[in-house]
Amino acid sequence: MLSKSEVQKIASLARIEITDEEAEKYSKELSEILNFVEKLNEADTEGIEPIAHITGAKNVLREDKVVPYSEETKENIINNFPEKKDRFDKVKAVF
Amino acid sequence: MIKDLHEKLINQEIASEQLTSDYFAKIEEKDPEIKAYLSLNKEFALDKARAVDKKIKKGEEIDLLAGIPFAVKDVICTEGIVTTAGSKILENYVPPYDATVITKLKERDAVILGKTNTDEFAMGASTENSAFQITKNPHDTMRVPGGTSGGSTAAVAADECVWALGSDTGGSIRQPSSFCGTVGLKLTYGTVSRYGLIAMASSFDQIGPIAKTVEDAAIVLGRIRGRDPRDSTSMPTADKNFEDGLTGDIKKLRIGVPKEYFEGKGLDPRVREIIEKSIQKYKSLGAEIVEISLPSGKYALAAYYVIVPSEVSANMARFDGIRFGQSIGAESEKTGADYTLWDIYFKTRAKYLGREVKRRIMLGTYALSAGYYDQYYIKAQKVRSLIRKEFEEAFQKVDLIIGPTAPTPAFKIGEKMEDPLEMYLADIYTAPANIAGIPAISIPCGTIEEGGKHLPVGLQLMGKWFDEEKILNAAHVFEKS
Repeated sequence: MLSKSEVQKIASLARIEITDEEAEKYSKELSEILNFVEKLNEADTEGIEPIAHITGAKNVLREDKVVPYSEETKENIINNFPEKKDRFDKVKAVF
Repeated sequence: MIKDLHEKLINQEIASEQLTSDYFAKIEEKDPEIKAYLSLNKEFALDKARAVDKKIKKGEEIDLLAGIPFAVKDVICTEGIVTTAGSKILENYVPPYDATVITKLKERDAVILGKTNTDEFAMGASTENSAFQITKNPHDTMRVPGGTSGGSTAAVAADECVWALGSDTGGSIRQPSSFCGTVGLKLTYGTVSRYGLIAMASSFDQIGPIAKTVEDAAIVLGRIRGRDPRDSTSMPTADKNFEDGLTGDIKKLRIGVPKEYFEGKGLDPRVREIIEKSIQKYKSLGAEIVEISLPSGKYALAAYYVIVPSEVSANMARFDGIRFGQSIGAESEKTGADYTLWDIYFKTRAKYLGREVKRRIMLGTYALSAGYYDQYYIKAQKVRSLIRKEFEEAFQKVDLIIGPTAPTPAFKIGEKMEDPLEMYLADIYTAPANIAGIPAISIPCGTIEEGGKHLPVGLQLMGKWFDEEKILNAAHVFEKS
């Protein structure tokens, strides 16, 4: 159902590098699962609205104000950056 | 068990420091084999225990959970304590904040022993997908504890903690509880804040307690529930203690038995026998047994495996090697390799995410992509509405719905790893509750003898939205009988 090239396309959308061998394996596994979920087409959903939110909650808002955090927390966040320079998160050029 | 320990603490028959040390000793003795824990929190735990002992000596009043050691599934953020979600990509990740549940439990002076093993990012049904270790079922160490809260249920079953926190997206608290013989409670969606829970499927995930008794689970529930401004999907809930609602009276309780649950070929006949006996027991205790039908249940798992991977694909996008976690970028500094931004994303995720996680990300990406969105995702969301409607209708005729938690007892380690689909079928009885958002509990109701071991079997009770009281009471009655 899902060809190797389709799997490569999906992996690209998902930003995951996969080898040719993995594409082969995933093609089999994902096809099997998609086959299983085809079952959904048997369900009669005429006139049924897709569920929007499971609790029925809508537009839960909060005040748009800044909450100060401690220096310690800020340090801990910075410590988690994989690459950093001073207090900045270092990343590759976007362009 | 919690109330007993609490009495002993306030009467100063035992000190929390001693209790906590004893648990660490048990972990040292048993965990090399069971492997329930990924990390331990000795220093902070003993500090907290000593602080509680001081309060007791001063005659201060303490909460039921104070000074009592518990474990936390490693998908829940604990400030300053490594939280991995069972994945290599977060191998050394130290959260700069506590999950709301952790904040609440720290306020009650509960003692965190350590973080327990989980399938990677809570995806699986056996805890075998953990990138770090395989947890063994304490009842038979050749078998899985179930998943994804297998570390937590194994720890409770092996007396390596008094109780534990788990998380449930499709059965991840209940199914391992069934396999390990513990009580596992999945709360109504929106009851407990998800702030600090490493997200898997945002419209399904709920944190919940795993304990030795129903009363213990009820005690924890009252202390972790509540609306949280940091989680806009959390709902206001009654501010009360649930252990007080265990009246023990179930006369006139209408319990529904879905006929479809016993029609499938996948249900182990030995499990079926035990569940049928349990239903008879409820009858003898005064409940009214009513046959009901949930015809859309057969689509539940299919809907689950479209919607959940879709939500997973969105939630996993943040693991890109940029702000936290392992990163190819950090390595290139040392190796001098010349990577582009694209490489950082593609190679970090390729290297550090496990197979099941990648499978689900890709499934979800596909289901949400142009041309397939209506066919898969929208259709599944409509089926979700249908399933919810059926539960609404059923709950007009009955108060609770009963059935097996899992179709089989614990399977052998490695048995289901070849075929992902086979593993998915383990959630056939548990997933519907997450789809509808209703509360459900699994309680031990018997054992199956196999190979000289006694494998636990779990009974599942599902209730109406926000009606935890009823299922807890009914579960309590069964436990005491």
